[in-house]
This record gives sequence, C-alpha cells and structure tokens, in this order.
Amino acid sequence: MQTKRTIFPNRVLPYLLLTPQMLITLIFFIWPAGQAVKSSFEREDPFGFKTQFIWFQNYTKLFADPSYLNSVGRTAVFAVSVTVISMSVSLLLAIAVNRLLRTGRIYTTLLVWPYAVAPVVAGILWWFMFNPSIGILPYLLSFAGIDWNHRVNAGNAMTLIVLASSWKQISYNFLFFVAGLQSVPQSLSEAAAIDGAGPFKRFWTIIFPLLSPTTFFLMIVNINYAMFDTFGTIDATTSGGPAQSTNILVYKVYSDGFLGLNIGSSSAQSVLLMGIVIVLTVIQFRWVERRVQY
Amino acid sequence: MVENRPWLNVLTHCVLVLGVIIVALPVYLAFIASTHGPTEFLQGIVPLLPGPHLLENYGEVLTQGMTTSGAPPLLNMLANSTLMALIIVVGKISISIISAYAIVYFRFPLRTLAFWVIFITLMLPVEVRIIPTFKVVADLGMLNSYAGLTIPLIASATATFLFRQFFLTVPDELMEAARVDGAGPLKFFRDILLPLSRTNIAALSVILFIYGWIQYLWPLLVTTDPKYYTIVMGIKRMATVADSDPKWNLVMAAVVLAMIPPVFVVIAMQRLFVKGLVETEK
Repeated sequence: MQTKRTIFPNRVLPYLLLTPQMLITLIFFIWPAGQAVKSSFEREDPFGFKTQFIWFQNYTKLFADPSYLNSVGRTAVFAVSVTVISMSVSLLLAIAVNRLLRTGRIYTTLLVWPYAVAPVVAGILWWFMFNPSIGILPYLLSFAGIDWNHRVNAGNAMTLIVLASSWKQISYNFLFFVAGLQSVPQSLSEAAAIDGAGPFKRFWTIIFPLLSPTTFFLMIVNINYAMFDTFGTIDATTSGGPAQSTNILVYKVYSDGFLGLNIGSSSAQSVLLMGIVIVLTVIQFRWVERRVQY
Repeated sequence: MVENRPWLNVLTHCVLVLGVIIVALPVYLAFIASTHGPTEFLQGIVPLLPGPHLLENYGEVLTQGMTTSGAPPLLNMLANSTLMALIIVVGKISISIISAYAIVYFRFPLRTLAFWVIFITLMLPVEVRIIPTFKVVADLGMLNSYAGLTIPLIASATATFLFRQFFLTVPDELMEAARVDGAGPLKFFRDILLPLSRTNIAALSVILFIYGWIQYLWPLLVTTDPKYYTIVMGIKRMATVADSDPKWNLVMAAVVLAMIPPVFVVIAMQRLFVKGLVETEK
C-alpha cells in the first residue's frame, strides 16, 4: 500500500489518530454485521428466552419460501427498470447540455437539484401526483381509458416506485455523463465529421463507446441505489404492497425483522444482501483501478 | 461545436426544456398544493395555480405541526435535521481526515488491517443490518438522543479515501521542509495539511450535509420521542395520516420546507457540490 517517502517516526500517535474511526466502525458496523451472521444460523423462540443453533435452516427455508423468491424477482425488475430509465433520460439530457456552450450551465443548475431531495420525499411527491382520488396523473390517464390505482394494482404500484426512484437519480447520472462527455476529445468528433459522419452516427460509433467506462460505473451505482437507497421511497408510497408486489429485498429485511420480529429469517436475508453489496463494491473498485491506466 | 445544424439546436433546447419540466413538475404541484385551503382537496383534482393560503399554511405547520397525526411543530423538526446534518458533517470529516493522516504519513504494524477495516464499512450499509445495529444502539442507551442519531453514521470510508488520495498528491518536499524546520506531526497537520485541504473539506461538507439531511431509516428506528424527530421522517408520519384525513395543503407545505435547505445548498454551492460528488466516487 502506498505511503510517503519520508514518514513521521511516532509510535503511538497513529493509533490515537485512528482510534475514533476504528471504535465507531467496530461498534456500529463490524459487531452488528457479525451478530447478523450469527443469528442467521439460529432460531430464537418468540420470547427471546433461548436460542438454538440450526445451521443453514434459515437459508434453506428462505429459498423454499415463495414470498422470498417473489421478492428477489421484484427487486430485479425494479433495479433494472430504474437503472435503464434514469440512465437513458440522463444520457439524453447530458448529450443535449454538452452541445450547448453558454446556456448549458443554466440547464445544469435546473437539472441537478433533485439530488438533494430525500428518497422518502421523492416518494411522497409522486404518490401525491398519482393519488387515485385527487392526483393529476390518474385524472389525465382516465381520458386514455386507464383506471389508475396503485393501492390495488401491482403493475401500477411498481410503475409508481420506479418513476419516483428514477426521477431522483436523474441528476446524479446526468452530472457523471456530462463529466464523461467532456473528457471525450473533440478532435475525434471533428475527424469523423470531416469523413462525412452525421451527428447520430458520430454518437453511436465514437462517443458512446468512449463513454463506456462511465456507463458501466453508473450502472453499478444505480443498481446499488435501486437495491438499497430506495427504502424511503417504498415506505412512503406502497409499503411493499399491494400483495407483496413492491416488497423488494431491503424492504423485506425491515418488514420481516423489525415489524414481523422474525429475527432468524431477517438475519439470513441481511447476510445475503451483504453478499450482494460486497460483490457490487468489488466490481466498482476493480473498475476504478482499470480507469487509472487510461 | 463540430458543425452548425440549426434544427438540431432547436431539438436540443426542446429536450432540455422537457427535461427541466419533468424534473420540476412534482415539486411545482407540491408547492401549488401548499398554497390552498383544505377544502380544495375534498373533490376533483389538484389545482394547478397558486391559491391564497400560502402564509397561513406555512405558519401553521411551522409553529403548530399537525396535531391529528402527532407531528410536532416543523420548526422543531427543522432544527433537529439541521443539527443532525451538521454533526454528521463535522464528525465524518474530523474522524476521517485524522485517520487518513495516520494511514498516509505513518508506518506502523496493523496499518493495512486498519485500511481494510475502514474499507469494509463501504460494504455494510445500515439497510442490511438494521436489527443488530438497532440492538447495539439500544444497549448503549443511545435511543432518542442526538448521539444515537448521528454517531453510528459518522464512520465513513469514502471520506477517508478522499483525504488519503489527496494527501498522496501533496508533495513530499513540504513535509521534509517542515521536519527540517522542526515541526512535529501535529504542527505539520494543523499548519500545512489542513489549510491545503480546505477545498476538499468544503466540497465534502456539501455532499455530507445532504447525506445527513436526507437520512430516513435511521432516525425512524432510533427516535420514538417527537422531540427528536427529523423533518424527513416526520413528514412520512404526516403523509400517512393525510391519506385518510386529507390535509394535503399542510403535508405539501412540510414537504416544500423539507426540501428547501438541501436544495438551496446544492444550488448555491453548485461548483463545490459537483466537485464533491465526482471526487468521492474516485
């Protein structure tokens, strides 16, 4: 690991400097994570008097449980939809801003602020717009013959949380796409233009491939966002319903463990989710290492 | 600009204007709703133009809250949110800048281990270890306190990595010169490294303020006493009740108030915000 050519010789000081970070990490991160792993192998009686070590039973039960498998499927649909929608909209907006010289800054300001909106607030905003009795969108949809009700219709509920989550993530993706586009050398586009390539051809054959590191990075970040940071959005809009149709994995950990008090099963779900985060983080960091060589 | 294509310029502006409208629409409707009286929502659809009850609605939520849903006055919740966000900003930056300093400027046994322990925190978001973390905080008697709201959130791998990256780019000569002049590690940190890190600290503060402000799950778990409610979680309580007893004007006034501080920070410090966002992901 990298360090400085010359260093300070102190023996005790570095430990003192690291102490606060280490204490908080051990107490509030590592220890609870260890507890989650431990109780994922145990069964606790409802009163919490005794626990029993049961090996992988919590896990095998989970994979035989249709409601968990349903949640896995719902999470996949949700994460893929959010990633695709918010990334394509942002890419389109970033390309547009990148074409402009002076006015680009104003548009950027007008597009980035949803980053600061809390997921739960984003949820409430869209929930209000889609409210079946007073919302403006169900009113407009009724002219198209669509009877919107996300309280009973699973498809509607999923659409609602996908839109709310994508809306909030647009600003983040937009900023990274703009940064990515600005690092693509202008000379390449110019050379292609001289060879007679039109704007669309130039984009698909030159700019988009050169943008692939940014696209890949954003893909990972967006999947991560959709799987873990959308808790508030879901809690504010559908609370996992109707009939479990929007009960994504992270919400299920909460509802099974905190509301349903099924500690063993919830812990096993936690451990599986940690596995997913670890895989995503490793992929993300390998990408960063590759980019350094560019 | 490679070539001049007027129709493409028109299309560009159309796309952007449409984008801005989509981004702003939900907030516009919320603002409009917050300016009407309660009766407008009993039937039909949401009005599209501002109503006359702006000051009245905002005054009511700020000073009285919503008694029907047990929400305390918003002024109180706004103060809690501000306090929570600021403690997180200061806490995260202080503990990560000193640990980055230890990792970069010293060589000691267990250094690599410390680095990995910090790295692991990236892989353990609160959302995946809700119950055991809650238990730890409860056992420590930190429920319903500002300490419980903030301390478990202030360990941060991203901030530590950001400072580590930055320290590695600081020329070695600075430190050698300081040592020749007889400066010890603490003096070097305070008089040279800290001033050099000013921009990074500022950029990171913007990002962390937003991070602290939009926390939802954690305050929801550790606070049961309305005295400690933050605005983001308080709104959720108001909105849940609104579904059966529509006071949409008040809920939306609260929503607008909850958005103003962080959105203001992003817009007013856009340059630092963009820098912070891009740097923390490296």
